[in-house]
Amino acid sequence: MLALTGVHVGYGRTSVVHGVDVEVADGGVTAIMGHNGAGKTTLLRAAVGLLPVRSGKVTLFGEDVSKLRPHQRVRRGLAYVPQGQQSFGQLTARENLQLVADGAGSAGASRMSDALDLFPALRDLLGRRAGLLSGGQRQQLAIARALLTGPRVLILDEPTEGIQPSVVQEIEDAIGTLSAAGLSVLLVEQHVGFALGAAGQYYVLESGRVTSSGAGGADQEADVRAAMAL
Amino acid sequence: MDALVSQLFAGLSLGSVLLLAALGLALTFGQMGVINMAHGEFMMAGAYTAFVVQGVIADAGVSLLASLVIGFVVGGLLGLLLEVTLISRMYKRPLDTLLVTFGVALVLQQLARDVFGAPNVDVRAPAFLSGAVQILGVGIPKTRLFILALALLCVLALSLLLKLSPLGRRIRATVQNRDLAETSGISTRATDRLTFFVGSGVAGVAGVALTLLGSVGPTLGTNYIVDAFLVVVVGGIGQLKGAVIAAFALGLLQAGFEYSTTASIAKVLLFVVIVAFLQVRPQGLVSVRTRSLA
Repeated sequence: MLALTGVHVGYGRTSVVHGVDVEVADGGVTAIMGHNGAGKTTLLRAAVGLLPVRSGKVTLFGEDVSKLRPHQRVRRGLAYVPQGQQSFGQLTARENLQLVADGAGSAGASRMSDALDLFPALRDLLGRRAGLLSGGQRQQLAIARALLTGPRVLILDEPTEGIQPSVVQEIEDAIGTLSAAGLSVLLVEQHVGFALGAAGQYYVLESGRVTSSGAGGADQEADVRAAMAL
Repeated sequence: MDALVSQLFAGLSLGSVLLLAALGLALTFGQMGVINMAHGEFMMAGAYTAFVVQGVIADAGVSLLASLVIGFVVGGLLGLLLEVTLISRMYKRPLDTLLVTFGVALVLQQLARDVFGAPNVDVRAPAFLSGAVQILGVGIPKTRLFILALALLCVLALSLLLKLSPLGRRIRATVQNRDLAETSGISTRATDRLTFFVGSGVAGVAGVALTLLGSVGPTLGTNYIVDAFLVVVVGGIGQLKGAVIAAFALGLLQAGFEYSTTASIAKVLLFVVIVAFLQVRPQGLVSVRTRSLA
């Protein structure tokens, strides 16, 4: 699966992630938790290739992908939903999805209908410009777009942050459905209760280092909260 | 009445030339943000392509149509070469890009001088474009009508490409959010190259069209580069619609001013109008609104 080994990442002269080891289990959810500024997003950006690793390596299904560009990693089965409900605002919702389906060849159409089955609310919004959708709708669109790449590992960066409560449940259910269907999920989440409930395995990241890790499950919540000093 | 119709048409005709010159820039500058000062030289290359093709194909009509296609490819390949060798190394340095492409423009002009000689050369217009058509009592040269039609055809083709084709979707996505495009599985480098190829190719087509209006010289492109940038800026970055409106508006304005004064004063007045306009609406005629920034 996806493994980060001894990964160091930074911006300019600042080092943010210092020698992190994270392994995403085959099937099921792996959660990374930590405070703001702990380096979670930086770590994910390095995993998908938006930031270079300074040392250490990123392997995907046993292949070292550290030097590959993001789209090459995507084509090897890694999908990424960045934080902030990002979409191509000037494209319609349909174009946002079609854009990715274009690259999927004959599988595009069936993946499109699978993704829309997961978020049926999107069906009525396809003609609308993505920039005019609500945050929750845009997040569903973003997850659907990531699924159209046909991933085997899906990275989600705070998928429910800043989303209206009515949609949060839908997104959490969708993550459960996807992982039950065999997709490996790497989830960064502030919401400890949900993350641990869904995760088979968790890591706590603190100032760019893994300070605690273990098997997930709702019963771990007290330990993790203590580790995060919440 | 006759004077009005004839000035109106002069404006539309000038607008269509501006539009052809600016259309490729609307892609490379408007969409990608690259200040390519050698864009005019791609037009010049298109014009010389028409000259060379006419040397091979004697029939002026056939050679014109062939030149439009070959001119597109020649302009496109030059653009591709420039993108791969130089521009791709300085995407985040617009000033360096400006200086380097200006240098490339000078090199290309000298290259044209060395290959074709300093004096201008002529391309024969095909017989079916000679003469004029009477419209509302005014004789309108057929070559000008042809260029107007060609400009509109190019706009149509480009907007269909952007709106409906997979490449168009990739271009628009890459322009809006490069990182998100990459992580959606799109090779943004390949998209950049293709965008530049198409934009520069349109400059080649514009160059071929210009051979119908006058002779071809090494500095043909420099006459149009400033106006072409003006059209894209006035039209609003990132929207073809804006460039179309701006090209015809500037063409009509300039023709109107030229009617009442001289060509140089008309140019000055035009610049005054543009400066005033950009004070009021710095984002240009057409701008894009969305709920999110992305």
